[in-house]
Amino acid sequence: MNNSPYFRKPTSIQVIMFKVLVALLPAVAAYVWLLGAGILVNVALASITALAGEAAMLKVRGRPITPFLSDGSALVTAWLIALTFPPLSPWWLTVAGTLFAVVVVKQLYGGLGQNPFNPAMAAFAVMIVAFPALMSQWPSVGHPLDFSAQLKLILGGLRELDAITGATPLDALRTGLRESGHPVTITSVMNGNPAFGMAGGKGWELIVLGYLLGGLWLWQQKVITWHIPLAFLAVLGAIAGIFHLASPEHFASPLFHLASGGAMLGAFFILTDPISSATTPRGKLVFAAGAALLTWIIRSFGAYPDGVAFSVLLMNILVPLIDMYTQPPIFGHKEGGQKQ
Amino acid sequence: MAFLDLFKSHWGVHPQDHKRPAADVPVRRLPLSSRLTIPLSQHVGASARPRVLVGQKVLKGECLAEAQGNISAPIHAPTSGTVVAIGEITAPHPSGLPMLAVTLEPDGEDRWTEPDVLTDPFSESPQAVAKKVAEAGVVGLGGATFPSAVKLALGLRSKVDTLIINGSECEPYLSCDDRLMRDRAADILSGVRLMLHTTGAREARVGIEDNKPEAIKAMFDAARGFGQIRIMPVPARYPMGSDRQLIVELTGREVPSDSRAADVGVLVNNVGTAHAVHQAVMLGRPLVSRLMTLNGGAMAYPGNYEVPIGTLVSDFVELSGGFSAAPARLIMGGPMMGNVLPHARVPVVKGTAGILAFTAAEVEEVESRHCIRCGTCIRACPMGLMPLEMAAHIRADRLEDAAKLGLTDCIACGCCAYVCPSRIPLVQYFYHAKGELSARERSKLRQEATRKMAAQRQDRLDREAREKAEIAAKRKAEREAAKAAAAKQPGAGVEA
Repeated sequence: MNNSPYFRKPTSIQVIMFKVLVALLPAVAAYVWLLGAGILVNVALASITALAGEAAMLKVRGRPITPFLSDGSALVTAWLIALTFPPLSPWWLTVAGTLFAVVVVKQLYGGLGQNPFNPAMAAFAVMIVAFPALMSQWPSVGHPLDFSAQLKLILGGLRELDAITGATPLDALRTGLRESGHPVTITSVMNGNPAFGMAGGKGWELIVLGYLLGGLWLWQQKVITWHIPLAFLAVLGAIAGIFHLASPEHFASPLFHLASGGAMLGAFFILTDPISSATTPRGKLVFAAGAALLTWIIRSFGAYPDGVAFSVLLMNILVPLIDMYTQPPIFGHKEGGQKQ
Repeated sequence: MAFLDLFKSHWGVHPQDHKRPAADVPVRRLPLSSRLTIPLSQHVGASARPRVLVGQKVLKGECLAEAQGNISAPIHAPTSGTVVAIGEITAPHPSGLPMLAVTLEPDGEDRWTEPDVLTDPFSESPQAVAKKVAEAGVVGLGGATFPSAVKLALGLRSKVDTLIINGSECEPYLSCDDRLMRDRAADILSGVRLMLHTTGAREARVGIEDNKPEAIKAMFDAARGFGQIRIMPVPARYPMGSDRQLIVELTGREVPSDSRAADVGVLVNNVGTAHAVHQAVMLGRPLVSRLMTLNGGAMAYPGNYEVPIGTLVSDFVELSGGFSAAPARLIMGGPMMGNVLPHARVPVVKGTAGILAFTAAEVEEVESRHCIRCGTCIRACPMGLMPLEMAAHIRADRLEDAAKLGLTDCIACGCCAYVCPSRIPLVQYFYHAKGELSARERSKLRQEATRKMAAQRQDRLDREAREKAEIAAKRKAEREAAKAAAAKQPGAGVEA
């Protein structure tokens, strides 16, 4: 390279991706603590599948394999899939989801940096549409199976899960409120269901705290900026708060929304995916606010219990538009945005 | 405070500055090299016209070449000796293109001409002082090398009220301005007062990055008693030394994109330039040498040196004690905006702030990757541009779209490329696109001119044909009228 600058900040994509993986560790640890080591099997499965799928696609596309494979981006996608899919999903569900993410959503669009959609969320959306029952079997916290039983569930495909799985709090709330056939209130739904804990799902609060901790560390490390997480959580909390105040028996509290489902993971790890999110400071605020609004709408009125994946994908579509209209003011131009 | 910083978004970057230990070493003077090659174009504007002949003996400070045109600067002999050649040499630029230079063989006596001093410059007219500055060949020593006298005259014309003196020295590795402020603060302030007098500005604000506490203290001490000069520490952040950024920092005024600093009542000059003005006016000494930093892992004796203009980089390094390791890359200027040198047989010039020699380990060639749209470059850009979007347009050859995003406002500071985790050579893209755009603009103008001339020619031919036809028709009509008249009055025709 024969052009200035001749001096670069010691950073790389690899370092960024590695930090994201490190930031996910507290939540992974919480998973293991609460639900047993089964999640690690899924993390490993997804990681191996992602690396193999990426390597195969790079070979087919005639790209150098080692430099691209070692950038760590496939691993981040894999971990996010393992953490958003139910922890005791059968192995083929995780493998199929990961392959879809890496092969179709990422590599077929041109590899890292070229994909308009978040690969992990696209995989989640496809799988929940294709296998709604399997994607909704979340183990209850409190009586974890031993590791060999979990391994059997993941690898053996024996799906007698009802004894140990239950609906997630978001799912229970949705079903309770809208499908019981007679008018009910949030209080009655929550009182009768052991899935609900202090803030979100029982025990799941710890995992949410894990994401929060990792996310704040990413912010401190300047891997992400405050714009997306703050805007997402604030807007989600605000909308939920307004409706909760107006009708507390039909709309869940802001705390419940923030602490359940993929809200915290989405705020710090998924919406902040640089490739598929807005890049300008104001654009990030718009992008995250839009995702928060969609999440709340889907959760409250939609057919699926959680709305983070769908709202992320919907907002991904809008990114070029958002970036275009949120260009920062150019120095020395009275009005920001495009030059005349 | 560190916590709150996470919410702030500043333009610019915080590279490790690598200024010390070189900045703390006292200035060293080099023995004269055996040959000086002094380029005739060391400034923005028309190159100087030689006024010496080969074989002629000159004294130190004697004019070798005079300014020609409105924007130009003369060149003076950096030492006494004999002119041995006037011809083309390799330019100190990555292109390695040839440029005209006077080659001088020093006689070793280093004898000055009689200094021509303005005894009381403050009683002279601003024009007289500016003329003195012009005659001394003083140009902007911050790197822009714009002839200083032209700038000072511009200040007088456009009613500048504030003089900004740039002592920020934001480029990593360089410390010549730092050293100059520590050692010669009084001379710099004398130059600043002369500039105030010449431009008619009310006050001067000296911006110094806060990573130079010794310089700040020296300047504070020297400025005591001069009410119209304020020493203002600024946060160390690259590119704080860029004119427009420093003006905002020190005055809050934002120079509009299509205007010059003088249009908002400000003029920016480097501390080195102020020092050169002092030397020119108070001591009658033209600009023939300057402080330069020698730095980088491959230099045996990093530090600051007083170097005669025209010294070859190879001589400079050798006289300083040579390399300590094989240099993998030689850079003239700072690492953020400097130029790679084609080789070391090129001379240092008035705009040279330093020579850096990096070892292979410091050069670290990494292949660039796809953009991951992290937006770090947007936060870093001091001009508020979107480097990633501009680069995407340029890759697809949509240069006009890149221009719409503000490509022409890019100052090539390199912040975007510095922070890019994908190691994309963004500045290279922008240089390419700017060059290509102006080439297209030129060829468009040329085409338009050609088309216009062709159209004018066609118009002229048409007009001539039309006029010819009209005349022919008129004549024909006259003839026919005459014929008809003759036929009507045959007798009259015969009689006539």
